[in-house]
Amino acid sequence: MLSRVAESVFWMNRYIERAENYSRFIDVNHQLSLDLHEEVPNQWLPLVHTTGDIELFEKRYSSPSPVNIIRFMTFDEENPNSIFQCLSRARENARTIRENISTSMWEVLNEFYLFVKDYRKVYMESSEIHGDTLSMGLSDFLSTVRKSCQSFYGCSDATISHDEVWNFSLLGRFLERADKTTRILDMKYFILLPSVHDVGSTLDLLQWLSLLKSASAHEMYNQKYKRVDPTDIAEFLILNETFPRSIFFCIQEMQEALDKISGIKEGLPRNLAQDATTVYLNRLRSENIKSIFDKGLHEYLDDIQIELNHIGSKIVERFFTN
Amino acid sequence: MFIADYSAKNIYDEMFSSEGFPRKSYDFVKTKMESLGGIELVKRSSSAERALMSLGITFTLYGDGGEQERIMPFDVIPRIVPSEEWINMEKGLKQRIQALNLFLTDIYGEGKILKDKIIPRELIESSSGYLKQCIGIKPPKDIWIHITGTDLVRDGAGAFHVLEDNLRCPSGVSYVLENREVMKRTFPELFEKLNIRQVYDYPYHLRSMLENLTDVVDPVIAVWTPGVFNSAYYEHSFLAQKMGVYLVEGSDLIVENHKVYMKTTKGLRKVDVIYRRIDDTFMDQSTFRPDSLLGVKGIFEAFKRGNVALANAPGTGVADDKVIYSYVPKIIKYYLGEEPIIPNVPTYLCSETADLKFVLDNIHNLVVKAANGAGGYGMIIGPKASKQEQEDFKELIKADPRNYIAQPVLNLSTVPTLIADKIESRHVDLRPFILYGKDIYVMPGGLTRVALRKGSLVVNSSQGGGSKDTWVLG
Repeated sequence: MLSRVAESVFWMNRYIERAENYSRFIDVNHQLSLDLHEEVPNQWLPLVHTTGDIELFEKRYSSPSPVNIIRFMTFDEENPNSIFQCLSRARENARTIRENISTSMWEVLNEFYLFVKDYRKVYMESSEIHGDTLSMGLSDFLSTVRKSCQSFYGCSDATISHDEVWNFSLLGRFLERADKTTRILDMKYFILLPSVHDVGSTLDLLQWLSLLKSASAHEMYNQKYKRVDPTDIAEFLILNETFPRSIFFCIQEMQEALDKISGIKEGLPRNLAQDATTVYLNRLRSENIKSIFDKGLHEYLDDIQIELNHIGSKIVERFFTN
Repeated sequence: MFIADYSAKNIYDEMFSSEGFPRKSYDFVKTKMESLGGIELVKRSSSAERALMSLGITFTLYGDGGEQERIMPFDVIPRIVPSEEWINMEKGLKQRIQALNLFLTDIYGEGKILKDKIIPRELIESSSGYLKQCIGIKPPKDIWIHITGTDLVRDGAGAFHVLEDNLRCPSGVSYVLENREVMKRTFPELFEKLNIRQVYDYPYHLRSMLENLTDVVDPVIAVWTPGVFNSAYYEHSFLAQKMGVYLVEGSDLIVENHKVYMKTTKGLRKVDVIYRRIDDTFMDQSTFRPDSLLGVKGIFEAFKRGNVALANAPGTGVADDKVIYSYVPKIIKYYLGEEPIIPNVPTYLCSETADLKFVLDNIHNLVVKAANGAGGYGMIIGPKASKQEQEDFKELIKADPRNYIAQPVLNLSTVPTLIADKIESRHVDLRPFILYGKDIYVMPGGLTRVALRKGSLVVNSSQGGGSKDTWVLG
């Protein structure tokens, strides 16, 4: 397959995955804010910290009001990571590789984009009028975004051959997902509790719980663990071998996709992208949650992001540039 | 009934005779449309438009309101070509392509037609489509023109004429195929009842035509697009997808040892056949325009050495120069010894002194076109132009007579068309697509373009034209 096409497939999937994650972030936070009211006035800002877009946000908006943050993350044209921009770029990528994907995939993505575009128009117009109130129907909108991302995945799963295009899709999807899981976990680092006495309080637990929900991990976590506990949650989201959003699972999927793309034969030299992934996966295998907490969760998560960037750049070098 | 007010006087209408009776081929469609009524028709029309929107068959308009994505306007009332007319047209198109191909072989080879003084040599050599780099080239199987879109129009009496041949990168075939899919969803009952000849296998014909250009077993085939910003990009990717071949841009290709390769995730891979949708002179910086950003250095030499097949071959543009066009009847006669089956539109050549005088004196009654203009640009429709515009255009002609031809204003035929919630008559032309491979295949039907503005004769999509599905009844 063409290198250019592989790169577009990769990015198309990253953008879709990003849009899905953002929609969950925002929705969970929105739900949490409805429960908490004024108890935690600045709970929206950590979202922007977590996604790494704080600089751009502060440049564009004067206050971290909920409506500003929602607008920034959902519809802002200038924010390359907003849901709207992710969708526009995913669709643009799809357009350039139209001949490599199925018509039904294209239709799902195209209708999805048109839906977000139309909704954005209505939202932008009405939010001008209503000032800083949260838009009605935000949850419905975000839920449609998630479902559309999932139908895109389902559709690609069922309508294209599971060959190279497919494997580059998985690479993009799981690299992005691993990155977002680290950011979700790291969110707790940015959410300050009112005081140290609140560690382990209802509020603290509520926040950990919403974090699980942000990773769509709430139910699967409950099946495995009996209580809401930070150590267990981190273990689940980093080291679990079967949950599809855990770091371990994502890296494992990437390794498999890379092996299929590169072909593994006895005696055949492995490429650097394969190497980087395997080395990291083996490291994860040897780790446990205690050693992670000893190092400091925030620092450890930083570390994962560096590893992911490293793997990402090896993929770019090996497959996209020639 | 809403169709009853329709008037088809002083013109050839595809649906109604001048006495106001529906033509035989339209009988069923007319009855059906009437029984559906205006409201239902509008309803179906908007759902057809929605379908085109979600299929993403759109182009982008840049204007004061920012970017706007639009579908190409699509009219739900079909244009029907009766089979007896089609049979003749098919023959005429095959004849034309054969003759034009022999013509290209000749002028880049022996030049017999020039020696025999059927066509003045200076007309060929001054044509911007004539590439001296192609002299002496033998394209695979001696075929130069693989894909043709010939524009046909009816005159006031209903006779078909060839308006022009498009021999370089004719576009629009994706609309034919997509329009048909949408029409089948919109009027399944018409398709059940009528025997409409299908068009969906066009991509298979295209593919096997391309395969025919090489002896390589299981050849690597690619469609070459200028890129995603080209207005026909949708069509390029559509054809690549339907044929199951690669879609490449210039930057995906590289020439080494006079062979063409594409850059893949597994390294370089040789390309055997390229359906190129990029203009001749942009193809290769080392042979043609050095400033081209889209081209691939060395690809022309690779083609020359027979290492890659290009469809259409470079150099075909000389045969669709509008001046050369006026010689096509003679070309047919010269190479095939036959009379042309489909006549040309009468054409005046401004390079001929007598013709030039006639054109300048009668510009108010003529259409004047630049020899290499396309898309409705570089032309004037005399009767619709102001005195000043006519005078200005005369100066252009006098400055470069070789570059202009003139034709009488044709009263193009009309088809009933849904405008808002009413049926009105609108002018149409027809572009069938012809493939020249092992044999010649003519797609039954083609792209019917509609001038959506009332009274307008300009059907180009770049000038606000729309399209209709074309039905050849079997």
